[in-house]
Amino acid sequence: MDRIDAKAPTSAEVTHPGGPLRWLESQKNRLIVLSVLALMAMFLPLISNNYVLEVMTNVWFYVMLCLGLNIVVGYAGLLDLGYAAFFAVGAYTTGILTSHFGVNFWLTIPAAVFFSICAGVIIGGPTLRLRSDYLAIVTLGFGEIVRIIARNLEITGGASGLIGIEKPSLFGFEISQISHFYYVFLVLACLACFVSYRLQHSRLGRAWQYVREDEDAAEAMGIDRVAIKLYAYVIGAIFGGVAGCFFAAKMTAISPETFTFQQSVLILLGVVLGGMGKIPGVIIGAFALVLFPEVFRDLGSSRILVFAIVMLVIMLYRPEGIWPEKKS
Amino acid sequence: MALLKVENLGLSFAGLQVIKELNFSVEKGSIASLIGPNGAGKTSVFNCLTGFYKPNSGQIIFDGKGITRKRPYKITRRGMARTFQNLRLFKKMTVLENVMSGMHCRTSAGAIGAILRTGAQRREEAEIKEFCESCLDFVGILDEKDRTASNLSYGHQRRVEWARALATRPKLLLLDEPAAGLNFDEKQQLIELIKRIRDELNITILLIEHDMGLVMKVSEMITVIDYGQKIAQGNAEDVQNDPRVIEAYLGREEDEVA
Repeated sequence: MDRIDAKAPTSAEVTHPGGPLRWLESQKNRLIVLSVLALMAMFLPLISNNYVLEVMTNVWFYVMLCLGLNIVVGYAGLLDLGYAAFFAVGAYTTGILTSHFGVNFWLTIPAAVFFSICAGVIIGGPTLRLRSDYLAIVTLGFGEIVRIIARNLEITGGASGLIGIEKPSLFGFEISQISHFYYVFLVLACLACFVSYRLQHSRLGRAWQYVREDEDAAEAMGIDRVAIKLYAYVIGAIFGGVAGCFFAAKMTAISPETFTFQQSVLILLGVVLGGMGKIPGVIIGAFALVLFPEVFRDLGSSRILVFAIVMLVIMLYRPEGIWPEKKS
Repeated sequence: MALLKVENLGLSFAGLQVIKELNFSVEKGSIASLIGPNGAGKTSVFNCLTGFYKPNSGQIIFDGKGITRKRPYKITRRGMARTFQNLRLFKKMTVLENVMSGMHCRTSAGAIGAILRTGAQRREEAEIKEFCESCLDFVGILDEKDRTASNLSYGHQRRVEWARALATRPKLLLLDEPAAGLNFDEKQQLIELIKRIRDELNITILLIEHDMGLVMKVSEMITVIDYGQKIAQGNAEDVQNDPRVIEAYLGREEDEVA
């Protein structure tokens, strides 16, 4: 029965496949890289034009969305094809409350969190007993339902959506310029990283991993798998909802066509491309998602084709995502 | 006093009766075994006890309360832990992380605690780690705690499963073929360990096993089943001399060996 050999490396010999990544293993080198990246991110608005800022703001926005979906897909291992629905719930909550009821933007955030949790429970409660492929179909349907509801209700502005959403202000300072929003989304992205990291390295994060690896064994160890999955779903929904609030404030206008199935797939793509369950991977995935179409703008309409080919190549050669798996 | 009592248990799959009118009990503080030929329904009984199968009839009373048809995680919380016949470790996680899964149902930190790293959360994490390390120490593989579970030898992976079950702080431990795939030395250590779990940790043990030598050496009470029905019950000597057992089980197995 010695199918598992004893000569496997010990944990002290943690190995990465790539050369430059080996350099990143030391805590000190990691800190250097992180500080340089943080400085670059902080001073970017001083040296770049509005176009670059617009693109980079979009990057931070997708970082937050991808990290949110990563909790569901990466940590808990649930395939979710309707994530845009939660993002829509947040955006419409802010849109409706500020434009119809004149509520202060900041007060719409707790409301959006509340509605995101409700949406997470409504969709998750009855469906999380399903195995993953069925869950994918149900979430896909849910995403479409939310979009179609938004399209047909009067309060959501129907097909033309909501316009004239007020820009927020903080202590009398109006957040209106793109450079302001750049910082807002940078802070959100950092917050999303921080929360993801803390959750991953906690009792809850471990429980997600147990359920993802072996549901029955996890259940035998006293873990309520339905409750644990619902927890992941709800936290993912909150990420999406809060991102949606700020999206609405930045765009000042939202319409149902922002929240299509394609949007959900795009976010999922970012997560899978970078490496499910790995925070640096997901961030790289979000960067690739936004930057690629911008960098290859010259190719015109064929850039989407090139994008697709590049993604296929990445998935063929790195099925676990761009960011390497830690091996021990 | 009986810690576990099974009354008229019945289970059928699509008309096939797997367990029929099964009655047996496990005394508190004892080491009991459930044996029977291949396909006799032993693992099905285990799966009914732990909530993985829902029995069609009968009652299971554990620690004075009915647990029939409850979900597995609830039964574990009540104090019944199990190991699996084929190892079911979380393969990509470290040994310590595997054992920590057992403490999940005895701890409570949630998302807010994790994000803010509150004092209570940090204390709880330290407690989990300490207790799980003591479980690993008990089964004798503490120095392998940081290795990935799938890199351990088969015998040590089995020990991770026991440590993980012990970390749930059970009153009753169900071992599904604990000696399968172990060599002679490892079997001797297993007998030692089973006795230590009962004597030092006061945990009652019920095991399913094919290795007759091991069963006869450790168990105080043996229940023999065949075709999902109880055919004998008693201590090692009674069972070995029971003509029905010899006919249904031992005799047949000798034929197979020959």
